[in-house]
Amino acid sequence: MKNIENQTIDIRSIEPHYWVARYADYLFTYAVSRLNDEDLAKDLVQETFLAALERLDKFEGNSSEKTWLTAILKYKVIDVYRKKSRGHEKEIKVLKDDGRDDDFFYPEEGNWKVEHWPLEMGIEEPDALISGEFTEILQKCMKKLPELWLAIFTMKHMDEEDTSVICRELKVTSSNFWVIIHRTKVNLRSCLQKNWI
Amino acid sequence: MKETEIRKIAYNCRKATFLIEKQQLTSITIREKLELKIHLAGCSICRTFMQQSIAINKMVYNLFHSPAVTDLKLDDRFKEELQGIIDEKLNKS
Repeated sequence: MKNIENQTIDIRSIEPHYWVARYADYLFTYAVSRLNDEDLAKDLVQETFLAALERLDKFEGNSSEKTWLTAILKYKVIDVYRKKSRGHEKEIKVLKDDGRDDDFFYPEEGNWKVEHWPLEMGIEEPDALISGEFTEILQKCMKKLPELWLAIFTMKHMDEEDTSVICRELKVTSSNFWVIIHRTKVNLRSCLQKNWI
Repeated sequence: MKETEIRKIAYNCRKATFLIEKQQLTSITIREKLELKIHLAGCSICRTFMQQSIAINKMVYNLFHSPAVTDLKLDDRFKEELQGIIDEKLNKS
């Protein structure tokens, strides 16, 4: 965790007087896309700059300013995920029961309940054109996911983070990780179908 | 594989969709691949699920990686204040 913030960087390329003009919008966008919360994102951008300032004197390396600031922000985002998913231990315990999802599948044989059968939505062909409207529904459906699920989903899909890193940072076992990945997609897909067809 | 085992796999959509998800993000065992193949051969519902799941992953990726969708701007007042705080800190040190 901490060594990212201490990563070395060439002091000559550091120009804090231009930070806001150069990187604030970029960092803000980065945080909002991962947290869906503009106020929180603003706070994190400010904290990122301040944390970077604290460490200015330690820098002598060659990663770019932007990369370095983004790395600091990234760990602040993960911190938020971690705090948000705390108190979700119950959620995890329920999942331990072999991850049975009786909402969508029959408990014994595990086949789809008829009312949850995936129906075609016009996105099945590999080159299908996806409308902006569909993307909006997708975003709304993502917001409905439990915090921990969304955190895992986002880290995996947005940053293509290593599974082991996600499990360690969010304190989730590997088997629970896969159960959550599965449940997230089944829920997300179902939500899309409900709101699109 | 025994016939009963094949029956189990052939009807278990929960397991099949689990493997569909896992396979997109990591490698699954040869046995799992075979199980999934057997299941998908006889289950058009899970075939649809798989196509949609792949499409959703693509959409999610684009959502976070295409600048047009995600280009946000902070308001100028906040920026001015923020640069003010930074400058103040710089002057102190």
